[in-house]
Amino acid sequence: MSTEKTTTPAEDHVVENPEAAAAAVTAVDPRLLVREQGLKGYVNEFKRKMKAGDLGSLPVVVGLLIIWAIFTSLNSNFLTAGNFSDMSIAMVGTGMIAVGIVFVLLLGEIDLSVGSVSGVAGATFAVLSVTHGMNEVLALVLAILTGTAAGAIHGFVFARIGVPAFAVTLAGLLFWQGFMLQILGENGTINLDSDGLVVKLTSYYFSDVAAAYGLALVATVGYFLTSFFDNRRREAAGVPSRPVSEIVVRTAFLAVVAFAVAIVFNQYKGLPLAVVIFLAVLVITDFVLRRTSYGRKVYALGGSVEASRRAGINVELVRISVFAIAGTFAAIGGLFVASKIASANQGAGTGEFLMNVIAAAVIGGTSLFGGRGRTWDALLGVMVIISITYGLALEGIASPVQYMITGGVLLATVIIDAVTRKTQKTAGRA
Amino acid sequence: MSATPVLALRGVSKRFGAVQALTDVELEVHAGEVVALVGDNGAGKSTLVKTIAGVHPIDEGVIEWEGKPVQISKPHDAQNLGIATVYQDLALCDNIDVVGNLFLGREIRRRGVLDEVEMERRSRELLDTLSIRIPSVRIPIASLSGGQRQVVAIARSMLGEPKLVILDEPTAALGVEQTAQVLDLVERLRERGHAVILISHNMADVKAVADKVAVLRLGRNNGVFEVKSTSQEEIISAITGATDNAVTRRAARTNGEIKK
Repeated sequence: MSTEKTTTPAEDHVVENPEAAAAAVTAVDPRLLVREQGLKGYVNEFKRKMKAGDLGSLPVVVGLLIIWAIFTSLNSNFLTAGNFSDMSIAMVGTGMIAVGIVFVLLLGEIDLSVGSVSGVAGATFAVLSVTHGMNEVLALVLAILTGTAAGAIHGFVFARIGVPAFAVTLAGLLFWQGFMLQILGENGTINLDSDGLVVKLTSYYFSDVAAAYGLALVATVGYFLTSFFDNRRREAAGVPSRPVSEIVVRTAFLAVVAFAVAIVFNQYKGLPLAVVIFLAVLVITDFVLRRTSYGRKVYALGGSVEASRRAGINVELVRISVFAIAGTFAAIGGLFVASKIASANQGAGTGEFLMNVIAAAVIGGTSLFGGRGRTWDALLGVMVIISITYGLALEGIASPVQYMITGGVLLATVIIDAVTRKTQKTAGRA
Repeated sequence: MSATPVLALRGVSKRFGAVQALTDVELEVHAGEVVALVGDNGAGKSTLVKTIAGVHPIDEGVIEWEGKPVQISKPHDAQNLGIATVYQDLALCDNIDVVGNLFLGREIRRRGVLDEVEMERRSRELLDTLSIRIPSVRIPIASLSGGQRQVVAIARSMLGEPKLVILDEPTAALGVEQTAQVLDLVERLRERGHAVILISHNMADVKAVADKVAVLRLGRNNGVFEVKSTSQEEIISAITGATDNAVTRRAARTNGEIKK
């Protein structure tokens, strides 16, 4: 029994040496890794992070550059402004849905229904606006709300009734696909008005060169000012802050990327509307996840459900809302997909589409195990997927090979994820 | 020490179906006092703590808070009175940093947005007043050792400035040094005038930090002892309920061997 342990010498020793114990606590732990100042500090910090498997987005970015290098060497058309612009628009549909998947993955859950729900949204819009002649804005809002409602239903069955999310959304996958086929009717394909609102989503370009440069400038200045003033507050409050030089370097890096992209867009037809909407969604969702208490709750649920419950978080409500968000983004993505092909057809949201969406979120760096990831991961991941698809299509490689290559990339990514998790565990950072 | 106890239980009973978990239990805790709650497995320690924390409402008896009888029927009631409970399984989120965990569920907001700066400042202040040393308040909980996690969990309970802190086996899974850190923290809570109820199986810890030891046996009081004037053997015999038991027999046997 436990009472027999009470006289072990080691434990008595602790009690009899309270001074020694107190000294051990109050002295600064010598194992602490204090970051050095200056460039050397950054280099050392980077080396330590590499060893600890704390790589962030680095593997994806490197992977993406390698993919681009390979396809450019195979075909000089790959890295032209036109192809780049097309890829940027093509990735918005998949990317939007992947944003919703990131929310669900953060909970440590999965949503298999997003492909079907995206198809339903496209079909709903087409039926309402084309077949029934409804006002396009109203039809658009209703199509998106259909997705929200579908997601909320999945969330309700999962959170309130306690059915595993995998099973609920698998049922949803079948149900919503059937629902889409039902409302599309016997004809099966409804063409959208080529001058209509939804088609404009992917076909409209801000052809004025000022638009792309202006957006790049706003992003750069906005990033600099928010970091700068945030830092000023941190300094005033006496908590650790970044040196101004670091902010300047980060801003400069962002500026180079932003203006390079703007130049490429302006060489073709200008800044695509779809890209602007996607970037706005990424900024907003990232803000919600990292800067609001709602986002904190989502991460907390991915870390420990029990801890969240004890902290007074309404677990059911957060879960339902996250699935509703996933449904909403699935619907929005579905509208972009329909917009790209200017029609709603029976194949929307089926086949490899769902896998591409989930792969995009995971390739981008969102953990399958919950609690780790950002919505920007959706952008990086979808860039990888779309680059592979477009690159192989340019080479005239058929889709069986495309599937195998995409599958291989996904496998490589989850291997990297699992290996870094292991390294992080041994380095005490997982 | 004040005359009126912060918390007093008078004749508290609790049944679960056919099991009488607690019978007529009495307990008093004063401000600036550490009361250790000891007893064998199944003695009712956890049940008693859960009645105070509002997880299980009591069936009979009275709970007095600062001299006045109160109803504690849900965890929220206990929190509102100023009772903070640190459970054995810490309830921290591994993926969130120390600041985020300290303020989980009660984030400070500024114009609707998380005020990370203020939360970080308050976290450092709190950890400093409790003399808690951790590498950084911005690293995820997963990077901390067991002892560091325990002190973070205790620090978290201090955020609401509670009058009574209940610690459920805070040293159960800790090594020698971490145990010392946690015991130091318990002493600091006492110095700051908090009342502390400490559940422990470890007599060495109890002797080290507790002022009083309340013994439970089979759901009943089996004596309250002043730690300074009580020997370990007396407490153990109160826990086991007899002067003749496995522990005393073993003690007698080993003493006999030493004398030979």
